[in-house]
Amino acid sequence: MTPLTPETIFFYVLATISVVAAMLMVSSQNPVRSALFLVLTFLCVAVFYVTLNAQFIAAVQVIVYAGAIMVLFLFVIMLLNLGAPQPERNRGNAQRNTAIVLSLILIGMLFGFGTMYVLPPSAPDALALASKLGTVEGIGANLYDPGQPWLFPFEITSILLLIAVIGAIIMAKRKI
Amino acid sequence: MVPTSNYLMLSAMLFVIGVVGVLIKRNPIIIFMCVELMLNAANLTFVALGRHFGQVNGQMYVIFALAVAAAEVSVGLGIIIAIFRSKETINIDEVNLMKL
Repeated sequence: MTPLTPETIFFYVLATISVVAAMLMVSSQNPVRSALFLVLTFLCVAVFYVTLNAQFIAAVQVIVYAGAIMVLFLFVIMLLNLGAPQPERNRGNAQRNTAIVLSLILIGMLFGFGTMYVLPPSAPDALALASKLGTVEGIGANLYDPGQPWLFPFEITSILLLIAVIGAIIMAKRKI
Repeated sequence: MVPTSNYLMLSAMLFVIGVVGVLIKRNPIIIFMCVELMLNAANLTFVALGRHFGQVNGQMYVIFALAVAAAEVSVGLGIIIAIFRSKETINIDEVNLMKL
């Protein structure tokens, strides 16, 4: 058990908020409410990125996930008029119960193996180093460094996004 | 400083909540949202372990995972709109075109 400093209390409060928001997202019947709870979870994750010294990732998380992707979700929900709760056809609780039992087994395995495997202690200078790496400067210097393996995947990502744009248009358009 | 194991436990919890949502929900849009939640949990693991070992590589993976997530959402929502146009419903119990 870690000692209760203001930092850890902040972490526990925020972790509770994010987990409760995720649970409400799954349990809510109204898709719009689910989307808004998911935005809350994403914002909590962005704050976790800030506490992990990943400032650039935190900003991108807010802009791309909580901004662009969730707006796209809400747009589709309202376009298809799914805002009202749908009458759920009762199909028995077999699948639901099986899913919950399997998930409990999964989380038990994750926690069990997690406690069995002891994380090697971080290097003494790792934290001082990490505080400089997450800035825009650090990320950019690494991403565009020819000595690092990230430049080629970065170019491939642009092709992936182009394919996604073309695919989305072909899927959604009535007549090309 | 909050230990790395706490972040890993939090991300395991978020991931399992996403798994439950994918398994029990019947609305494909909410299933997509749960997939996004699982991707976010994985990203949190990458960043936490990157800080633990003092490396920036974890954050690089997060950038690429984010780009893939954006591409996946745009194509997936296009598919949902196409299904809705042809069947007037998106309940995944009634969309079983590829079921044998």
